[in-house]
Amino acid sequence: MQGTPLVGRALWGRLLRNRSFVIGAVLVFVMVAVALAADWLTPFDPLKSNVRARLAAPSAAHWFGTDHFGRDILSRVMIGARISLAIGAFTVVLAGIAGTLCGAIAGYFYHLDQPIMRIMDALMAFPSIVLAMVVSAVLGASLTNVVIALAIATTPHTARIVRASVLIEKEQEYIAAARSIGVGEWTILFKHVLRNVAGPLIVRLTYVFAIAVLAEAALSFVGAGPPPPAASFGSIIAQGRDFMREAPWITVFPGLAIIACVLGLNLLGDGLRDVLDPRLKF
Amino acid sequence: MGHFLIRRLAGAFLVLVLVSLMSFALIWLVPGDPAAAFLDASATPEQVAKLRSALGLDLSLPQQMFGWYGRILSGDLGQSILLNRSVTAALIERLPVTLSLAALALAFAVFFGVAAGIVAAVNHNRWPDQAVMTTALLGLSVPDFWLGLVMVLVFAVSLGWLPSGGFTPFMESPGQWLRGMVLPALTLGLVQVGFIARMARASMLDTLSQDYVRTADAKGLAKLHVVLRHALPNAMIPILTVIGIVSGALLGGAVIVEQVFSIPGIGRLIVGAIASRDFPVLQGGLLFLAVVYLAINLVVDILYAVVDPRVRLA
Repeated sequence: MQGTPLVGRALWGRLLRNRSFVIGAVLVFVMVAVALAADWLTPFDPLKSNVRARLAAPSAAHWFGTDHFGRDILSRVMIGARISLAIGAFTVVLAGIAGTLCGAIAGYFYHLDQPIMRIMDALMAFPSIVLAMVVSAVLGASLTNVVIALAIATTPHTARIVRASVLIEKEQEYIAAARSIGVGEWTILFKHVLRNVAGPLIVRLTYVFAIAVLAEAALSFVGAGPPPPAASFGSIIAQGRDFMREAPWITVFPGLAIIACVLGLNLLGDGLRDVLDPRLKF
Repeated sequence: MGHFLIRRLAGAFLVLVLVSLMSFALIWLVPGDPAAAFLDASATPEQVAKLRSALGLDLSLPQQMFGWYGRILSGDLGQSILLNRSVTAALIERLPVTLSLAALALAFAVFFGVAAGIVAAVNHNRWPDQAVMTTALLGLSVPDFWLGLVMVLVFAVSLGWLPSGGFTPFMESPGQWLRGMVLPALTLGLVQVGFIARMARASMLDTLSQDYVRTADAKGLAKLHVVLRHALPNAMIPILTVIGIVSGALLGGAVIVEQVFSIPGIGRLIVGAIASRDFPVLQGGLLFLAVVYLAINLVVDILYAVVDPRVRLA
């Protein structure tokens, strides 16, 4: 971070003047609000089939149409948002903790740098979506295992970003000052250094959220996602695939919902990056 | 150059050892007995024991590990339980399909990504720049498999221009092969166009602000000539590394896109193994893709050092 870290009202002022941040924040807020209030907002029971309304096209009654069981797609997408966003949020927490720990320790303790970062390099050599797919398949499909798989795939890059910031931060004079008055290394790392790498970390985790929502959909699509009856965005698309010709709406609408979520998160990340971490701007 | 090569190869070797160790360890993530997980509940204890011994799970951990390293050093990734054939043979048979899909997508993504990046950089902060950046961000937010399904709906089902899926080997009919590969490669490439466009723009902006470009401008050379002949060659150097980064995403993306278009590549092999829990294929497939990725990045890094002396001297 260059100059004095932004805090409080100054930070908010800068964020609210950033167009990417505002549009992204609104999109994400709407999606999260829909996901949280899905129980009250859904016009129909997302799991209840209705044979008379099978494969109905979008109409005033069913805005997004219905699937082959006559289930309302809008209601399913709303509940799907809850599952997809929950997976994304838990992945952010897990990858955030693991990535921060690995990156901070590697960056701060010289002798641990090589061992930790070589393991991260090895994890990054696997195409991340395939790594997540195989780990999820090996662990057995469940919500928890999907989160673990996605966290394993997103931790290495997070660790790299934290490490890079820690390497810069630990050379600062205030760290030498803290050390000279006898503050312990772990205290310095967790109380002083990490506080100052928060900017790049928050930006990275916003992108991790976006990556997790996309990856979960891909995982569900190939059958390595959370098992039914959990209807995430990806599993609704996967079910709609067999009816692409006669009922494309089953596939199209959840896809648009994914785009809205991921675009919102990416915009939010870009806005945060511009304000919190100007070095990374390109 | 020799020193750079040795250092780079040693680094790649260490990562390779770790990557294979991780692939080996995958089987230990299976909750319970992997042999029982593959067979259904009606399997007799004898059948489970037989499969355990076929997978080498009845040996001690060090024996299993030495066995694994011994086998992969001779190129043997084990036997697929489901297909009852060598995993290495199945992967090598499908490698050209996946690689050609990824290569076609890469060509497409680099061409359009670099072009868009140049347009954005030359029109810095004006509307074409904003249009490219907005489209790029949108591209980064679209799930590839969904885009593939929508492409099928539009170009195969509605317009009937291209086949909705299937695969014709190149040797059989290059024309049919290309017709079948256009939609999958577009799907896979489009998602990366945004990423490459962003990098190309940044790299081009950096180069355009250099003194030698200003000199060329001041000499009165045509703007197009300055951009394409003077700035682009130097701006392309950082874009070379992007190819290394993107190759991982393309290999992973190919695995998913192959499902949409029923292309018999490595992805279909791996996804087929997920449903049946064919662990040797999952382990071997993951390791194989990592090796391909490491090889591509090694080549990219060496090329980078060849074209930019600053890298090998650092």
